[in-house]
Amino acid sequence: MEAFYLWWRWLYDTTGINLTIFYDAFDRTRFVAGFFTTLQLSASCIFLSVVIGVVGAWLQGSRLVITRHLLYWYIQFFRNTPPLVQLYFFYFGVGALLKTPGGEPMVSNVAWATLGLAMYAGAFNIEIFRSGIESVPRATLEAAQSFGFSRLQAYRHIVLPLAFRVCLPALNNNLVNLVKTTSIAYAIAVPEMLYVASQIWSDSNNVKEMMNVLLLCYVALVGVFVYVMNRWERAMKMPGFGA
Amino acid sequence: MFKSLTVKLAALAAGAAFSALPLAAQAQNIMDQIKQRGTLVVGVKADYKPYGFRDPAGKIVGIEPDLAQDVATKLGVKLELVPVVSSNRMQFLDQGKIDLMIATMNDKPDRRKVVYIVEPSYYASMTNVLTLKSNKLKDWNELKGKKVCMIQGAWYNKKLQEDYGMEALAFKGTAEAFSALKANNCVGFAYDDTFILASLLEPEWKDYEMPLKSILEDPWGLAVKLGEENFYKFMSEMVKEWHRSGRIVALEKKYGMANTGYALQMQTQFNKK
Repeated sequence: MEAFYLWWRWLYDTTGINLTIFYDAFDRTRFVAGFFTTLQLSASCIFLSVVIGVVGAWLQGSRLVITRHLLYWYIQFFRNTPPLVQLYFFYFGVGALLKTPGGEPMVSNVAWATLGLAMYAGAFNIEIFRSGIESVPRATLEAAQSFGFSRLQAYRHIVLPLAFRVCLPALNNNLVNLVKTTSIAYAIAVPEMLYVASQIWSDSNNVKEMMNVLLLCYVALVGVFVYVMNRWERAMKMPGFGA
Repeated sequence: MFKSLTVKLAALAAGAAFSALPLAAQAQNIMDQIKQRGTLVVGVKADYKPYGFRDPAGKIVGIEPDLAQDVATKLGVKLELVPVVSSNRMQFLDQGKIDLMIATMNDKPDRRKVVYIVEPSYYASMTNVLTLKSNKLKDWNELKGKKVCMIQGAWYNKKLQEDYGMEALAFKGTAEAFSALKANNCVGFAYDDTFILASLLEPEWKDYEMPLKSILEDPWGLAVKLGEENFYKFMSEMVKEWHRSGRIVALEKKYGMANTGYALQMQTQFNKK
């Protein structure tokens, strides 16, 4: 393994291509840790935002006016502001006010990043799920009612599965966007890939190399995600439904 | 005949002028120029408390203007201060707009190619930590595994993490780092001790201190124009005298700053010799 690392050192000495993430132990560890942090952040944000999307789309059909209005303002707030501004607001603004009796902050920067990004993508997901739900024909809903399904049962067993299949491409689009948007967490010092890469290139002066590595890593990460989602789309396809 | 006379006179005048030029180039002694002029023009900062800043009356005061005054007094001339910023300080010196530059400039190899940086260094910033007094921090090793705010791109960030095992929370600007420190997102803020000491002069930081020993010195350089050998030797002697007499230590105290590690070190070093 040492020989593999040393080859990169030789590469630097001969060609000047400086990839410290291979031959320097400290940079190597933190870059790998950064990659896994990005994975973790993406996974938790995806899960939370889908949950928010499903619950929000359900609440949009609520009979209570107050619920519908709250949901409307939630969507407006998170869709109309840039995610970076939202993160700054939560971490530096709200976070400074939320303190335990001991003076320690209650929510860490990773928690704020997860929460903020999940709510941001969740707002978009609510609208995406709504588009799916509204595509279910009224006749199908009436048929469910005539079978004695309650509103919640109809939502769970009939509307949601159909709506999901319709909105899956748009949902995938949004989730891919979310994975890439996790990189803005670097502004609140979350040790994800972009943050670690910027630390490495300011320490070792190898901006060009690190930029390329970063790009390749994101392309690989998103590429794998898109491939999995496409496979899932194809598996979920209902024969005879739609084109 | 009249025409040829004026032509001859013109040739003579031109010849005299051209022959005088090499002499003028050799006599490029700025110290003579300064003494002739009766004024020493020094470039200093006007926005970096307490090194160079404006008092309520608008006059430029601070540690570096005081040092400039020492030089002017030694030369027996008046002092004229010209405010400079990081982006033009070297250029002003090179263009002759100022004779001497004392403007909080870090000594770097590429800068040595543009201006003549005087050795020994008159000052240095070292690295230290701004932290709450209630944390009772005594040693760098106590920061192992703790979150420490830093500024992205500072040259010592990696070293601090490697040597002391602290967890870095690096932000783009000092405003964000200060905000995170105040909200207790990190146990301390690791940065230049000069900047930290300057911040501690403000009342908003009265519950904070800089308790650790400063490490990793980054020397500052005052400079003269490239080629000015005489002035360089003169300034080199001035710097040594400043260290020997403890002038810089005294000036730090005068402006209400706690003494930096480098200033004290230099005073001891030059008094041992």
